[in-house]
Amino acid sequence: MADHRDTSFDVRRLGGFTFIAALTFFALYVPIAVLVVFAFNAGESISDWQGLSMKWFAIAVTDARVIDAAVRSMVIAVSAGIIATAAATLAAIATTRTAPYRGLSAKYAFINLPLMVPEIVTGVALLIFFSRLKIWTGYSGLGYLIAAHAAFCIPFAYLPIRARLENMDDTLERAAADLYATPLRAFRHVTLPLLWPGIIAGFMLAFVISLDDVVITEFVKSGGQDTLPTYMLGQIRRGTTPALNAISTIFLLFSVLAVTIMFLADGKRSKDQ
Amino acid sequence: MSAAPDLITRQIQRDIRNRWLLSLPALLIILLAATGPLLIVVVYSLLTPGDYGDVKWVFSTEAWVSVFFQRDMFDDTLTPASAHLSIFMRSVNLSVMTTVFTVLLGFPTAWFIATRPARSRDLWLFLITIPFWTNILIRTYAMLEVIRNEGLINTFLMRSGLIDKPLQMLFTDGAVLAGMVYTCLPMMVLPIYASLEKLDFRLVEAAYDLYATPFRVLTKVILPIVKPGVVAGSILVFIPSLGAYVVPILLGGGKTMMVGNLIGLQFGQGRNWPLGAALSITLMVVVMIALLAYVRYSGGKGAKAHG
Repeated sequence: MADHRDTSFDVRRLGGFTFIAALTFFALYVPIAVLVVFAFNAGESISDWQGLSMKWFAIAVTDARVIDAAVRSMVIAVSAGIIATAAATLAAIATTRTAPYRGLSAKYAFINLPLMVPEIVTGVALLIFFSRLKIWTGYSGLGYLIAAHAAFCIPFAYLPIRARLENMDDTLERAAADLYATPLRAFRHVTLPLLWPGIIAGFMLAFVISLDDVVITEFVKSGGQDTLPTYMLGQIRRGTTPALNAISTIFLLFSVLAVTIMFLADGKRSKDQ
Repeated sequence: MSAAPDLITRQIQRDIRNRWLLSLPALLIILLAATGPLLIVVVYSLLTPGDYGDVKWVFSTEAWVSVFFQRDMFDDTLTPASAHLSIFMRSVNLSVMTTVFTVLLGFPTAWFIATRPARSRDLWLFLITIPFWTNILIRTYAMLEVIRNEGLINTFLMRSGLIDKPLQMLFTDGAVLAGMVYTCLPMMVLPIYASLEKLDFRLVEAAYDLYATPFRVLTKVILPIVKPGVVAGSILVFIPSLGAYVVPILLGGGKTMMVGNLIGLQFGQGRNWPLGAALSITLMVVVMIALLAYVRYSGGKGAKAHG
């Protein structure tokens, strides 16, 4: 595969494919680039350039509703991320460190089921269920949003953790067991340190997925429980100012950062092997 | 003598207990906050709408009747519910077209990435992953800025004198399609790339050596190998497209609704929870049919590959 011959004919070339690929990358990035550029517009418009200014960032980050929504988004994403990652780690151990058994593939299917249900359907189902619970229990706090987010984040957190467990050399774990380590000690001192990159990748995935959610949050939230995405949805529908571009730009930066961390954690994994 | 088998049975019993105990939290959270409530939706679809949202606990099949039929106000005759059906048809159409366009753009893009030298391949992949992880709202908003009347395309066309008044692109089916292709594209590129990675280019070389035309190489050698990736990508694009909510609500407006918006509407201004519940189940059934077709088509292997 590595030898590149000096012939004019390349089997890797298919007519027009490079052009379409260029078009794809262009189409993917131009709208995002325009959005970021107009966050720095001095004027009111998001399409008429009137000079460079940071004022919309200042307006965005001092807006009490934006801060409120952003803090709520973070609280939910961190809590749901931790819960989902912990539950997914346990489930991953239960589905890999064991001989195949009846019900194993049903378990896989059930854990991945939230991915198969359209978000709008889950959102509506939770709206119905939680509105009953709110009446019965009298509690209407953030717990519902955190539970909903944790549930749809589990399959995402589960994926890299299970992959890591499956590809991990289990001789060390067996050695620990041979040397009379209790299962808990073996897990704590052998499995967990090796599994750590998978757990971090799983948490980052869950965190980003939770932070990005619009639809389920939109239906589950009670009054005054806007997250940053649902706040933005409301704003876009009402009409837009460059302040929204500024929020989006900060959000975008944050996502890029999270993806980069994930890539690095992933890279460490492949180097380990 | 009997201690050893005893130990083994105990060990096995502990294993069985552990594998259920350990997976319990995950299964329970999913049951309570994701899939279990779907059963309640079935119950709600058989009740009477309340006056201000919610339901009255009176059995009724009216919601199901109105998914498919329209009841005449005066003589109670039923005619097919053209409004609901046309929204369902639009959703299916738009989702199929989104899938087709993402394959047409995504396959060449995945091919381009897979044929880069190993060192720059990661960078190109990263460039596909960034939009994938960017909030769908931000991507839809970005698309909105490009196609709206005062947006990038219209400003450009007006300044260059090609048109006198802005083209109405926003709030059309085309706008929704563009938005869905835009937001779903990375989801198609990644699985196709994953299967292209396994392609042995010596096969392509052999085909050319045997005088195959590029078109034949593509259809007889490359496509059969990447088919699992294309099928997986299609299901990953088609299913979220069917239930799309954010893109049609922002780019389609009230006129070009999709099923997701129709369902959402019943829980908002529509105040008809049973109808919303019945529409949700109908959407679920369509999705299940698509999934079953996928599992059959990929011989049951595909479900594991991306699950």
